[in-house]
Amino acid sequence: MMIEMLIAVALIGAAVVFVAPNRVAGKLAFAISLVPAALSLWMFTAFDGSGNALLDGELAFENQVEWIQFGDYAISWFVGLDGISLPLVVLTTLLTTLAIMSSWTPIDERESQFYGLVLFIEANLIGVFAALDFFVWFIFWEAVLIPMYLLIGIWGGPRRKYAAIKFFVYTNVASLVMFGAFIALVFGLGDAVTSFALPEVADAMLEGGPDGFLGVDGPTLASLVFVAMFLGFAVKVPVVPFHTWLPDAHVEAPTPASVLLAGVLLKMGTYALLRFNFTMFPEQVAAYAVPIAAVAVISVIYGAMLALAQTDLKRIVAYSSVSSMGYVILGLIAYTQFGVGGATFQMVSHGLISGLMFMAVGVIYNATHTRMVTDMSGMADRMPVAVGILIAGAFGYMGLPLMSGFAAEYFIFFGAFGSELLAYAPVFTALAMFGIVIVAGYLLFALQRAVFGPYSLETDYEVSRAPLHDVAPMFVLLGLIIALGVAPELIFEMITDAVDPILANGGDL
Amino acid sequence: MALVELPEWAALAPALLLVATAMVLFIIDSINPRSTNRELLAGTAVVGSLASLGVAVWFIFAGVGQPGTDGFGVIELFDGQLVVDQMALFFMIVVAIVTALVSVASYDYMDGHSYQAEYYSLVLLAATGMATMAAANSLVTIFIAMELASLPSYALVSILKDNRGSIEGGLKYFLIGALSSAIMLYGISLIYGATGHLQLDAIAAELEALSADGDAGYGGLLGLGILMLIGGFAFKTASVPFHFWAPEAYEGGPAPISAFLSSASKAAGFVIAFRVFTTAFPIDVTGELIGIDWTLAFVILAIVTMTVGNFAAATQNNVKRMLAYSSIGHAGYALIGLAGLTVGGGELVMGAAMMHLLVYGFMNTGAFLFVALAEHWGVGRTFEDYNGLARRAPVACFALAIFMFSLAGIPPLGGFWSKYFLFVGAISVGTTAMLLVAAALVVNSALSLYYYSRLVKAVWIEEPVVERDALSQPTGLYAAIVFAAVMTVVLLPGFGPVVDIAVEAASVVLAS
Repeated sequence: MMIEMLIAVALIGAAVVFVAPNRVAGKLAFAISLVPAALSLWMFTAFDGSGNALLDGELAFENQVEWIQFGDYAISWFVGLDGISLPLVVLTTLLTTLAIMSSWTPIDERESQFYGLVLFIEANLIGVFAALDFFVWFIFWEAVLIPMYLLIGIWGGPRRKYAAIKFFVYTNVASLVMFGAFIALVFGLGDAVTSFALPEVADAMLEGGPDGFLGVDGPTLASLVFVAMFLGFAVKVPVVPFHTWLPDAHVEAPTPASVLLAGVLLKMGTYALLRFNFTMFPEQVAAYAVPIAAVAVISVIYGAMLALAQTDLKRIVAYSSVSSMGYVILGLIAYTQFGVGGATFQMVSHGLISGLMFMAVGVIYNATHTRMVTDMSGMADRMPVAVGILIAGAFGYMGLPLMSGFAAEYFIFFGAFGSELLAYAPVFTALAMFGIVIVAGYLLFALQRAVFGPYSLETDYEVSRAPLHDVAPMFVLLGLIIALGVAPELIFEMITDAVDPILANGGDL
Repeated sequence: MALVELPEWAALAPALLLVATAMVLFIIDSINPRSTNRELLAGTAVVGSLASLGVAVWFIFAGVGQPGTDGFGVIELFDGQLVVDQMALFFMIVVAIVTALVSVASYDYMDGHSYQAEYYSLVLLAATGMATMAAANSLVTIFIAMELASLPSYALVSILKDNRGSIEGGLKYFLIGALSSAIMLYGISLIYGATGHLQLDAIAAELEALSADGDAGYGGLLGLGILMLIGGFAFKTASVPFHFWAPEAYEGGPAPISAFLSSASKAAGFVIAFRVFTTAFPIDVTGELIGIDWTLAFVILAIVTMTVGNFAAATQNNVKRMLAYSSIGHAGYALIGLAGLTVGGGELVMGAAMMHLLVYGFMNTGAFLFVALAEHWGVGRTFEDYNGLARRAPVACFALAIFMFSLAGIPPLGGFWSKYFLFVGAISVGTTAMLLVAAALVVNSALSLYYYSRLVKAVWIEEPVVERDALSQPTGLYAAIVFAAVMTVVLLPGFGPVVDIAVEAASVVLAS
């Protein structure tokens, strides 16, 4: 019942905060969010699962209750955690708490609604990572959209309406494509499945795949479903060319929403890719390895180049997410222990680092009212702590050793280089590694212009140090980034434990 | 075993309680005419409809109308003129829920209005007609029940006597209603001419006998009669081509009445269509006699209705009209329940349609009640007038967002589930026509998101055009809206038993 507790605390908390007076909403939401954070940390220490949730693994905190029987298919409330989902749940609860704290300064209207929506998102994100029945999962998956739409649309920047609609339309259409594909798959599997429980579908897929549906034969159906689901998730990740909603959404979103968007929402896409495409369709993964790797490498390079061309600090961080998520796809398609494990590690690591970066940019924006690199100079003199953290975060992005970004990228490259599944693996890896150079390039270029040199910003107000409650969450994140960089085995062991069964299924490919 | 043995007619208790409440209201009115004691009047109406709801829920869980249970089974009354089975109880529940919500909301809406007692008793009488429609099992009782539901509705739509729109809407509703009643009555007489019976199962038996003899002499007459019956149902459910009254009546009438008509009255129209076409006209036999499968008519009707409704809704600037057209679109979705019937079954798709009407009872009533709230506040009628309402009334606007996203079929809300079940039901039938219907359902749902989200955007994201002072928080309207929103969400964990009951009820009707 632990997972239900997490979700229930966040949901009830959301309702309470929604009707609370604006004055206390921020503090109240923070206090409430501490409960799931503490609970999930306790779950992390008490974790006793092993193996992969979809492949006969031992689940932790498992719970399955019958729910709906319609026709031949049962839907049940089915949740549980394995080594892949647990780190992401912890990431979600921690980032939510920190994001709430970091919104105390920038959010100054309709606070109770804002914090209520943030807690509502948290509940749904936990649900996405914990759900093991397709319908339960899909409900949480879609329920994230509405609050995020409102967060961007109400509290966002000048072009917020456009960004909110674009975000909603892109991701909703993608979800529908994916939903249709999955339903077609379940119908195509025929009598092999009697419920929408993901382990059962995964079993049926690995036992023989679909028989066919509506005149489409089995293997074709499997390929079509694989492609449709890949496209559906690719928008969420996002990979080039489906990435255009992301910079708009990020730039217009208020800081805390950006933190959650980059930190956790993007991971929904790669997590789903891993759970669905890469676990259930090993043959199709092998067949489409080269195009997927190409997409991954293009995302890395193109995302980084786009970031290089930006002058808006927030846009730079936003585009760099496209690049970082490209690494995740590359790790997944490598289909080795270090590749897939590293990809999962990178999900957590990028969640921490991008959260940190968005917070740092947000703090600087609160003080200067500009995000333009060209307007700023010498910020290091006025806001030494915030700028120091920004620089540290940038180093994390660049993959400085002893920070989590280094460990993640090292695992991915190591895994991708030795991939047997992927043809020309060394070429793809080498191309992707070139991305690091560009990343270092744009980050150093931006920092050099914005942070160093003489102070030049012309304002009619005082630009001064950030208050403690703005800086404190960033220190927590930085601590976590360094902790994972120094000791990746903190989570890497449980990740590989859950990843190995996936690879065992694809072993003979 | 029941704790108390009740006489058989007690099975009609949900409908009888409604009519008794109407009578009590009349008595109150005769003791104290021109009374504006809103607490007493609205309270009586609410208590009566809740009692009806409670009894219907108790019956359905106690096993009334379930074949096979000792002493219960499907209860036939008056030689089968009325029948109480699970489907009847299911729709009595829908009617009672909507009646209760509308009565609660009317407490504030009808503030300062004359004809208070008449208003509530007309609502209750119309509800009685709708509950009777759910149980009617003969073309005569069906016609009488429909008229009982319709006549008070005409009066209710035009009860705002000083409002031109209300009078005009009521007049249009009345004229088209009278016309379609005439058409339907003519259809009934043709069917009587072809078969010699009015009771639904007797018609079916006669048709089977005719088809066994290979005698198709009156096939054409029968076909014409069926077509005219469909016309009558299309009027009651606001389906194309008898939908023209709906936008006018919904827009002109008091908003709670629009909620009442578009939810309860529509559901009642559907229960009759379900019963008549499954019981009286078995697909195989009827098809043989009249040479055409009548589900084809519903396939066409479903696709046309949902498409016309959604496209018209997308072009509206008036919120109430948008909801009116969208409710036409939803009639199209529910028609899938009839389009998907096959010789072998179809209980899944019909059960799904019943569930959709139940969910619709909450989300659509809630949406119209929000319009009632906006009218109470004196906010204008267009989308622009609704801009920025969330600043002043976040809770009601949050409920509105729930209704809109549920109507559009976004998970995790109730509307997603019923639409999904309709979709799966349609696909599992497997014919090309039904695949077309399923595709139309998806396309129309995607389109509907455009205009539903437009309203959400207006209240939440847009800046208000005029600066408003604090808005009042009328208790009744708020309570009804919040309750409907909570139910739209809470139905989610509770969908298990709803699915079981609906599919079971549909299969009982189909098997008879």
